[in-house]
Amino acid sequence: MTLPTVDFLLVSAVLFAIGALGVVIRKNPLVMFMAIELMWNAVNLTLVAFARQFLAIAGHIFVFVVVVVAAAEVAIGLIVIVLVFRNRSEADVDSLNTMKG
Amino acid sequence: MANLIAILAAALCLVMGVVVISARNPMHGVIALVANFLGLGVLFLLLHGEFVALIEVIVYAGAVMVLFLFVVTLLMAGTEPPKEGAGKNLPGQLLWAIVVIGALTALIGFVLAVRTVLTQPPPSTQAFGSITDFGRSLLTTYMLPFELTALVLLAAVIGVVFLARERS
Repeated sequence: MTLPTVDFLLVSAVLFAIGALGVVIRKNPLVMFMAIELMWNAVNLTLVAFARQFLAIAGHIFVFVVVVVAAAEVAIGLIVIVLVFRNRSEADVDSLNTMKG
Repeated sequence: MANLIAILAAALCLVMGVVVISARNPMHGVIALVANFLGLGVLFLLLHGEFVALIEVIVYAGAVMVLFLFVVTLLMAGTEPPKEGAGKNLPGQLLWAIVVIGALTALIGFVLAVRTVLTQPPPSTQAFGSITDFGRSLLTTYMLPFELTALVLLAAVIGVVFLARERS
């Protein structure tokens, strides 16, 4: 009994929606970052589901690349967050408006 | 049986996803995100993605989330968890939330609309997705992307060391 691909796509779409909502409604940069991770992984689920549907191992390779890029992004992003909030006590992205036009 | 496991794993993923974005304390969010990744790993296994499931659990739930934990503990040391008062919301924030929810509901509706196309069972997947399969493909056909990922990681390492250096 194999599960239909569409069910995995639905889970992935809902997970992506949760992540996007998290980025929009939260102000804590760490939580926003975690919501972005949710979206990365929703996309990964889509890739793996379609890889099985079309028997294409390239989907798995792409997930591998996504994981590597996400790891690099996390390292860079977290160091930026640490540097920004080293001298600030509040953790609210709305207070970071120096570059606001 | 596989159906039941898939439903449980998907439910774990979705519930933990909601916990991630709703938890007041970022530490709880990190723990929920680890649980979310474990559920996703189960889903990947059910989709014949053996190696992908492994790196999901080892790299994501392991390495990346430990990095998150370090930063959460570093930034939260000696401070109360930030209070996000409802009165501080920007006026545009609610609008953006509605726009995003609308667009993503449309996306989910689209997936449901093309459901009939995609509910045909996938072709025989007996020999698909094994680690041997993945490894052979990664080191022959997709050699160049594989080596480029090394370059990405190198750039990230140099960037982090540069940003974190001691300023005189």
